[in-house]
Amino acid sequence: MLELLISTRKGLFQVSSSDRETWVLGEPQFLGQIVHHAVLDPRDGRTMLAAVRTGHLGPTLFRSGDCGATWSETARPPAFRKARGGETPRSVQHTFWITPGHVSEPGVWWAGTSPQALWVSEDAGLNWSGVAGFNDHADYAARTEDPQGGTPDGPVLHSILVDPRDADHMYLGLSGGGVYESLDHGANWSPMNDGMATAEADPDAPEGEVQPTSIQWQPWGPSHDPHCVQIHPLFPDRLYQQNHCGIYRLDRPETRWQRIGRNMPADVGDIGFVMGVHPRDKETCWVFPMDGTDVWPRTSPGGRPAVFVTRDGGERWIRQDAGLPERGWLTVKRQGLALDSETPVGVYFGTTSGGVWASADEGARWQQIAAHLPEIYSVEACYPQR
Amino acid sequence: MNVLIPSPLQSYTGGARLVSAAGSTLDEVLWDLDRRYPGIRFRVVDEQDRIRGNIVMFVEGERTRDLDCCTVRATEVVLLHALSGG
Repeated sequence: MLELLISTRKGLFQVSSSDRETWVLGEPQFLGQIVHHAVLDPRDGRTMLAAVRTGHLGPTLFRSGDCGATWSETARPPAFRKARGGETPRSVQHTFWITPGHVSEPGVWWAGTSPQALWVSEDAGLNWSGVAGFNDHADYAARTEDPQGGTPDGPVLHSILVDPRDADHMYLGLSGGGVYESLDHGANWSPMNDGMATAEADPDAPEGEVQPTSIQWQPWGPSHDPHCVQIHPLFPDRLYQQNHCGIYRLDRPETRWQRIGRNMPADVGDIGFVMGVHPRDKETCWVFPMDGTDVWPRTSPGGRPAVFVTRDGGERWIRQDAGLPERGWLTVKRQGLALDSETPVGVYFGTTSGGVWASADEGARWQQIAAHLPEIYSVEACYPQR
Repeated sequence: MNVLIPSPLQSYTGGARLVSAAGSTLDEVLWDLDRRYPGIRFRVVDEQDRIRGNIVMFVEGERTRDLDCCTVRATEVVLLHALSGG
């Protein structure tokens, strides 16, 4: 049974289907609580973790060993150590991102928080420890965004990606802060932002585009803002990224991102938050463009919602709006798009206005499968083994 | 002493609004609560020992944000939460 885990500002919802035509919306869990991310462990098909907080209580994680039927709180959620003399005290505001570990490491999970920090659990999410190589790095303050910085709801560490070929090889994204890579299971992290524009400066600006003369492009730091980074599960040398400043692609061992979003229609642009990668075809990925003009409405450009897909690694983009409202000002947050592993691939997205949209044919036709939910933060497609 | 628990925390106390705890300071009372109801303290006090922003505590009717507040003679501690956002 295919299931979507819909994390919202007011609880967790599960929507399931056996044929991708008829969908059943379950009763809410954690009703009234803020659920930033809920993920099923694909290694056992039964363990789920959910990052939960409320407006007034501190952040925590809940764990289920029975596909979400029952939940219990983790024994030790992510929490910074006590500040030592002269250090700025840090406290976790919320856990934003959860990633199951490598298939060779059952029980290992990774989490990203606001303020930006990386956490690991080695006992299936019961106890969490800070990853010192990131959280206590000498350049931590310079690499990350100040908790009082510009990102709404606080700066986040997200897009924790584990190379399926090598448990030691990882990537993560910082908003703001950029993309980082580790080759040693998180002990050390190096920035990987070459080619990425920032709001202040674009090293690859087209000729004639006005650029500031007094601001230097920086190779790392909070001016970089990768909204969502994805690694291809079968071809892990291929990365895609929806950045604050455009859509990018990177083919390792290259280290310079290529802005494939320049091939998007000019009246749509290449601003957005989500990025979805086809589970088998490395040339195919989906984005949900949003209006990044003027005061950044972050709604569908022109009030005409559409998903865009590329089938050739970003050379050409195809508009996919059949079944979507002709007029609509939709917003999809960075965790709000998911793919299943069927043939053809199912594509799903959830909006801040509480609608869940599905396509069982790789975006060719859309139907709304849930409506009137609270503000949607994340969508995950999974196959619970009940 | 008696501790009054607000509704968002009653999942920890098995639904009880009124529970018992002991300690000579508010901090000790909260740690005692955490021993009885694991996890409850971190929801109201962060890892730097700061009472969370939308939590209010009263010791014998006096509002306080001081975890060192003396509770030796107190008979009642009240935890309250302020709803935030819509």
